[in-house]
Amino acid sequence: MLDGRGAVKRRAGARLWLSGLWLAIVALAAVFAPLIAPHDPLMQDLLYGRLPPFWMAGAEPGYLLGTDSLGRDVLSRLIHGARIALIVALVAGIGTCLIGSTLGLIAGYYRGWADRIISRLVDIWMAFPPILFAILLIAVIGTGLTSVIVAIVVIDWTRFCRVVRAETLNQSQMDYVHSARIAGFTRMKTMLSEILPNVLPTIVALLSLEMGIAVIVEAILSFVNLSISTDQPTWGGMIAEGRLSIHQAWWVLVFPLITLFLTVLSFAQFGEGLKDRFDPVLR
Amino acid sequence: MPILRVVLSRFLTTLITLIGVAIIVFVVVRVVPGNPIAMMLPPGASTADIERLSALYGLDKSIFEQFTIWFGNVLQGDFGTSISTRQPVLDLVLGRLPATLELSLMALIIAVILGMGAAIIGTRYRGRRTETGVDLANGIGLSVPDFLWGLLLIILLGVVWPLFPISGRVSPRLDLPFSTQFYLIESIFRLRFDLTGNLLRHMFMPALALALPLAAIIAQLLKQSLKETVNLDYAVLARTKGYSETRVILSEALPNALLPTLTLIGVQFTFLIGGTVIIERLFSYEGLGNMAVDAVINRDLPLIQGIVILFALIFTAINLLVDMTYAFLNPRLRHA
Repeated sequence: MLDGRGAVKRRAGARLWLSGLWLAIVALAAVFAPLIAPHDPLMQDLLYGRLPPFWMAGAEPGYLLGTDSLGRDVLSRLIHGARIALIVALVAGIGTCLIGSTLGLIAGYYRGWADRIISRLVDIWMAFPPILFAILLIAVIGTGLTSVIVAIVVIDWTRFCRVVRAETLNQSQMDYVHSARIAGFTRMKTMLSEILPNVLPTIVALLSLEMGIAVIVEAILSFVNLSISTDQPTWGGMIAEGRLSIHQAWWVLVFPLITLFLTVLSFAQFGEGLKDRFDPVLR
Repeated sequence: MPILRVVLSRFLTTLITLIGVAIIVFVVVRVVPGNPIAMMLPPGASTADIERLSALYGLDKSIFEQFTIWFGNVLQGDFGTSISTRQPVLDLVLGRLPATLELSLMALIIAVILGMGAAIIGTRYRGRRTETGVDLANGIGLSVPDFLWGLLLIILLGVVWPLFPISGRVSPRLDLPFSTQFYLIESIFRLRFDLTGNLLRHMFMPALALALPLAAIIAQLLKQSLKETVNLDYAVLARTKGYSETRVILSEALPNALLPTLTLIGVQFTFLIGGTVIIERLFSYEGLGNMAVDAVINRDLPLIQGIVILFALIFTAINLLVDMTYAFLNPRLRHA
């Protein structure tokens, strides 16, 4: 048993550090984008169109990852694209988390009518294909950063609501909750100071996962040309352009794809790692 | 009869869900700021023309009136006329549905085969490197969504090793003898295996992209329950009788570990179908999802409404089916 626990802990540790490292790189790139990007991400230079990455014949020094069909530097666009990705991840992730967790806590602890109404709402939301719902919302409220964030919060709060509700239901049966009530705590206080801390590890893990999902949803919306305006480099927009010129310049698609892949994987693994670390049973 | 009560209450909540879906679709679509009437007419159209066309589409009535009329029509199967193609929405939607159903079912089959295979191999070689490999692959499969798998497959199997076509449902120059939209199924019945092959080659990458996340979920849950069952008494007994480990897993542990996985597959299948929207777009596969994105871009309100309602119907039907199956398989409810 002890050995098993050690193994889980070691693996969780590696997972946490590797994913944390990548997320830190993305965050640094986003914050210091204008300082570290070698070129202006929007500057077009048709003479330098579709330059291959540095190790291939025909590469130009200074354009490490090559250029797209308009001659824009892929690396600089990747670095600047991290900004939108990170803003969407943070704001949409936290918004989804606050709304979903609050409703989940209320439904799970107060039960009764509150639970019935919230659960019906979740049922209705689960009947929509999420991506179609998001695309529809963006078409309705217009494109732009705020719209993308609003759309993600509107479609994805149910993820938190379902999990937090189930977890709260479990916790509500525990002895410590009954003791708190007997000790004279109000229901509100019991919920916030007794149940919430015990549900928190789950919420934190889910928040990290949700940030990765938000990045993907933004990329998908950019891919169908419904996200941010086209003069702002985004990973999804780069992928959409790369998809069109895949036979002439694969690097325009491959590098943003690798970046997106690592970022989404890291957010999910970071969340799992945090959960293992804070799981009272494993600790 | 508790089971009867369960069935009835599930039907009731399904009904409420569907009405809620209708209200939300209607509300979301009716606040579209771009005026579809203005887009249908040339720039010089007079106010009278605009009013006439608004009346034709019922857009001059109050919102509540519009909803009751629209909902009444929907209940009768009348989803209106598409603004961009001027064809009945129901015909358009039903014309595309078979393509999406074939893709989703193919993806489900791939997911079940891959997921069960991984779980069985991971259990058979538990405690060894193989199991670590299976766990690692599962972890990646769980964290990376279908959209990224699709792009990765396009690069690897479409460009680097061009084994499969990267767009379309079938090669465009082929002569298709089909009378239904279920191309794949019909090609088998007509014994046109050349076409079956062509369809399957087009379907392979989008279906695999949709299948991978579900395969990882199946593998994770099934492996967990298999590892619990291989240590139970009857599995130990089978082993003392001289059964090989593989046989113990396949014929003793697997049937008992399967039930939780089955109910999970039902729910997760709706997520898979939801994924077809973007995967069909990515692979230019002519299904319902691809049509939905076009409808949104063209602001074709009746068509969007029809597609979303159809998806919602499919999702709630699957969820209802899963709940019913569970209720009937659950001994506590069955024998009460």
